[in-house]
Amino acid sequence: MKYLGLIWSNLKRKKLRTILTVLSILVAFVLFGYLAALRMAFNQGVEVVGLDRLVVRHKVSIIQLLPESYEIKMERIQGVEDATFATWFGGNYKDPRNFFAKMPVKHEEFLEMFPEYLLTDEERRAWLDTRTGAIVGRATADRFGWKVGDRIPIEPDIWRLKDSEGAWEFDLVGIYDGAEKGTDTTSFFFRQDYFHESRRYGEGQVGWYWVKISEPERASEIAALIDQEFANSPAETKTEPEGAFAQGFANQAGNVGFILTAILGAVFFTILLVVGNTMAQAVRERTRELGTLKALGFTHRAVSALVLAESLVIALLGGLAGLGLAWIQITAGGDPSGGMLPFFYFAPRDLLIGVALALMLGVVAGLWPASQAQRLQIAEAMRR
Amino acid sequence: MTEQGSGLVQVRGVDKVFTRGSERIHVLGGLDLTVPEGEFLALMGPSGSGKSTLLNLIGGLDRPTKGTVAVAGQRIDNLSDRNLAAWRARHVGLVFQFYNLMPVLSAERNVELPLLLTKLNKKARHQHVETALSVVGLQERSRHYPRQLSGGEQQRVGIARAIVTDPTLLLCDEPTGDLDRKSSDGILELLTTLNRVQGKTIVMVTHDPHAAACATRTLHLDKGRLSMEAAA
Repeated sequence: MKYLGLIWSNLKRKKLRTILTVLSILVAFVLFGYLAALRMAFNQGVEVVGLDRLVVRHKVSIIQLLPESYEIKMERIQGVEDATFATWFGGNYKDPRNFFAKMPVKHEEFLEMFPEYLLTDEERRAWLDTRTGAIVGRATADRFGWKVGDRIPIEPDIWRLKDSEGAWEFDLVGIYDGAEKGTDTTSFFFRQDYFHESRRYGEGQVGWYWVKISEPERASEIAALIDQEFANSPAETKTEPEGAFAQGFANQAGNVGFILTAILGAVFFTILLVVGNTMAQAVRERTRELGTLKALGFTHRAVSALVLAESLVIALLGGLAGLGLAWIQITAGGDPSGGMLPFFYFAPRDLLIGVALALMLGVVAGLWPASQAQRLQIAEAMRR
Repeated sequence: MTEQGSGLVQVRGVDKVFTRGSERIHVLGGLDLTVPEGEFLALMGPSGSGKSTLLNLIGGLDRPTKGTVAVAGQRIDNLSDRNLAAWRARHVGLVFQFYNLMPVLSAERNVELPLLLTKLNKKARHQHVETALSVVGLQERSRHYPRQLSGGEQQRVGIARAIVTDPTLLLCDEPTGDLDRKSSDGILELLTTLNRVQGKTIVMVTHDPHAAACATRTLHLDKGRLSMEAAA
């Protein structure tokens, strides 16, 4: 602690340079915060999926439909507890920018398979009793100010009504919450029977299946059995754990994790050069002073540690300020997409990773200047 | 630890060779020197004669190519870097021509620097600093930064820093070389007082005969050899 004053005084030597360096680190860490939140937003669906659920889709693509008849065949496969299906509905609520997922489901089976969607008993009963009933997650309900009893019109873009070019109308009977913090509460589900009876085409076709299995450790084996069951049929299947499916879905926007890591890598490499250059310059300018410290009795290692400590202080100042600022902005500002990224938040785990990154930045940027300071010979330094 | 005789400083058969590329420069050759305890020794000589090199060897800032250097009975030429640094902190006070103060530290913080290497607490360090600054007559300017002090005052801070740990030996490299006559006289008076009143052993490198006249003995160094010795 007694050297802190010396370190701090040295940082104040070239105030502008120190401030600019700290600011550049700060900006990098604010960016880190936003990218971490973005990664969280894209991956959250993957991290909260059920381990005991598989997703079965068409082998060619998720947009290819599967026969509704597969449900019974799947339920006969050993290890499969239940199977139910859903279809991507698409459609727009008032404006195409008001995006949220909309899916017809077999409501009773769906609620059993997804216990993480929490509805009151009254809402459950209402859904069972209302053919045009729909439920929606809290995030989307809050986004549009919906309440139970509202009539929700959805303009179709894939599935037209049998007897009309107009909008599908749904009665909102329930607003579900998530059992966990990360549970998705943005989707809109309505009844398959209403969909089945009202759609103009695609009879007997569904989008994909969710399959509940009794032994999650046998997931791969059961997935293989399902795919084997429908091999060489007109609609071959691809079965995978729900996590892999969610990841694949998220990756439709590109390999977000890789893109974010690449951006952060480039940013941090640049910042590493900036801090390293600042410290190397600081050592060059202070050759005589560092020599004087050694002449006074400071060891090579102590002088080197002082330089390294300066680098660490700069990195931590910028890093912690940047992380703090990012945390405040993200927490206060929330989802910047207006609802498309409901899990846009700065997770504590990412905050810790940020602190570790700041420490690492300080050490790596300070290593070379510190070793220069360590190698400095007193007599040589005094002659400069 | 090796006993080297009666002088506080014992330099025996010292060679110092510097290498610049392929060229070898012999700065000191077979040099012997004894500095008794309590002496104020002036080392004179032309530029490049090896005065500062000799001072660096005595102060453990550099190592001889050949020969031995002992201070207070302890050989220092064979100490490890770490032990040599600890030895310097305990036994040597250094005064430089250009003061070598840290520009970002106040006078008192500059004087405190060598004490950071001791186990003294903050309060004790502060007391030592106050004492050293009062010895050099700069107690009132303890909060001033080097840029706010004159050359003479900066050198006084440098001397306070050199004596704050009460070292065995005070080594001064051209302490008046950057000062006007008046400031120079003040510094020489201070060094003389430290030698006569407090019994500090001082080795001073200087070009200035006026400065050398304050010493109790003057040695002339030329081409790496002590060529003349005269009592003051």
